[in-house]
Amino acid sequence: MNFPKELKFAQTDEWVRLENGIATVGISDYAQDALGDVVYFEFSVEVGDKVKAGGQLGQVDSAKASSEVMLPVSGVVTEINEAVSDDAEILNKDPYGEGWLLRIKMDDPAELEELLSAEAYQAYRLG
Amino acid sequence: MTEPTIFELSSPGRQGVRFPASDVPEVELPAAFRRKELPLPELAEIDVVRHFTRISQKNYAIDLGFYPLGSCTMKYNPKINEVTSRLPGFALTHPLQPEDTVQGNLYLMYTLQEWLKEIVGFAGVTLQPAAGAHGELTGVLIIQKYHADRGDTQRTRILIPDSAHGTNPATSAMSGFEVVHLPSDARGNVDLEALKGLCDENLAGLMLTNPNTLGLFDENVTQVIELVHAAGGLVYGDGANLNALLGIVRPGDLGFDIMHLNLHKTFSTPHGGGGPGSGPVAVCQRLVEYLPDPVVAIVEPGGEELPPLYGYAHPTKSIGRVKSFNGHFGILVRAYTYIAMHGRDGLSNIAKKSVLNANYLLAKVKDTYHLPYDRRCMHEFVVEGQWADAPGIRALDIAKRLIDYNFHPPTNYFPLIVHEALMIEPTETESIETLDAFADAMLKIAVEARENPELLHEAPHNSPVGRCDEVRAAKQLILRAPKA
Repeated sequence: MNFPKELKFAQTDEWVRLENGIATVGISDYAQDALGDVVYFEFSVEVGDKVKAGGQLGQVDSAKASSEVMLPVSGVVTEINEAVSDDAEILNKDPYGEGWLLRIKMDDPAELEELLSAEAYQAYRLG
Repeated sequence: MTEPTIFELSSPGRQGVRFPASDVPEVELPAAFRRKELPLPELAEIDVVRHFTRISQKNYAIDLGFYPLGSCTMKYNPKINEVTSRLPGFALTHPLQPEDTVQGNLYLMYTLQEWLKEIVGFAGVTLQPAAGAHGELTGVLIIQKYHADRGDTQRTRILIPDSAHGTNPATSAMSGFEVVHLPSDARGNVDLEALKGLCDENLAGLMLTNPNTLGLFDENVTQVIELVHAAGGLVYGDGANLNALLGIVRPGDLGFDIMHLNLHKTFSTPHGGGGPGSGPVAVCQRLVEYLPDPVVAIVEPGGEELPPLYGYAHPTKSIGRVKSFNGHFGILVRAYTYIAMHGRDGLSNIAKKSVLNANYLLAKVKDTYHLPYDRRCMHEFVVEGQWADAPGIRALDIAKRLIDYNFHPPTNYFPLIVHEALMIEPTETESIETLDAFADAMLKIAVEARENPELLHEAPHNSPVGRCDEVRAAKQLILRAPKA
């Protein structure tokens, strides 16, 4: 299972990559593995929305469960990966790449410090 | 072998029934009501009978074998229930008959209300709701109206533990409440510290299943209820797991304000496809006037020789009617039969034996299957269907392989707080031989998972259809056979 060092993670299994104040968000490799075959993904937010960390990002349905995906950071949604709505299986195939979910212009990049490092997240999930 | 659909068996012109010549004048149906095509299958009666008999034989049912579907209480449904509910005095009555002609039916419903009140320790009961989730909706609407009547309109949140059935958050959201998830602590109880932080003036209520879906009695239950009450909220009890408490603990005595009961679980009425369900709701004294309208009541007290007259009472602040007529009356007759047959001691014996059976089974499998919350269980338990030394094997593979051993699989992937969950509820109606046979199969499958994992991945092998493609089934919804 893959826990890329350059990413930050939320305890609710989302990852964040910060570049120039813009955070790219997705679900972790651990999350996609635990979900099993993903069937649908539905976004709860739109481009332009002002969002807060801890709110709902979307809903992911797999063959075994329906789960909420949470927003790990606060800010304004600048981009949404529509490809996920069309073909949610890419969340299984490439959770850190093609399966990214959305981009957020962060209000305060310092918020990132509240998230877990890859090592801490790996220890939290796999003990 | 796959059974063809009834349309595929159709042969043009074949008839099962020949109508006699009409002895009333024919009337032309207005063109607007006429269909161009009426694609009904055409078969002889014997072919229809054979088709449906063959399909029924592909079914798995509690009458065929062990059905340890966790949180569903798939106990044996005594056949006497089918006898009493078919008595002509019940089966041939009509809900619109004058009340003085259906006194027996009303007596039965009144008595059932009284019994259910006594069993769960509440002041009032409605028999209207058609199923458990319908009972939840009824209960949450009562919570809503109670707060609204008091002008307490800022109470917009309902707390739901993370081990709850999905119907709890769904019901709350559907009723317009904001759902707030409540975490469990390391022992599988409600996390009291998290609860304290959420008890404020916006709290409308908490929905709690006890024992919870891990099969654990919440050791904090009285503190949980006190905290919610102190904040002005109401506590809803989900009665899904009431079987473990019958005659031992009364949720009303613990301080719950409302709860639903599943007659199709706890009280042995048909369940799962064979229903319909029935989800009576019980309430404490301060909520009695909010019950759905009407409730069955004694409208004129009887005398020495004279039985009382039964009829309907109309709660003054009622949320209104939630079901046509009297709910699922035939199911009420079955539950009444079951309770009458068991009596007080029999009911507590049900709870004791259901807990004993679950603990017996748990003891047999827990060295082989990881038990995430290692406590004595109530009527059911949850283990993980995965092993570090059997990569690629998941709970689903184990569940499917159990079909090959002629068992219904346990509930899987629920509750969500356990990875690869297998949730096993044997119920009190199973013998020690059945429990042993099931445990043996579970242990054999654990060996197969290491030695021959393909056997699990490709299971089931002995069923009419093998492993279905669940992802494709969810994505490409084809709900009816294509036209021939």
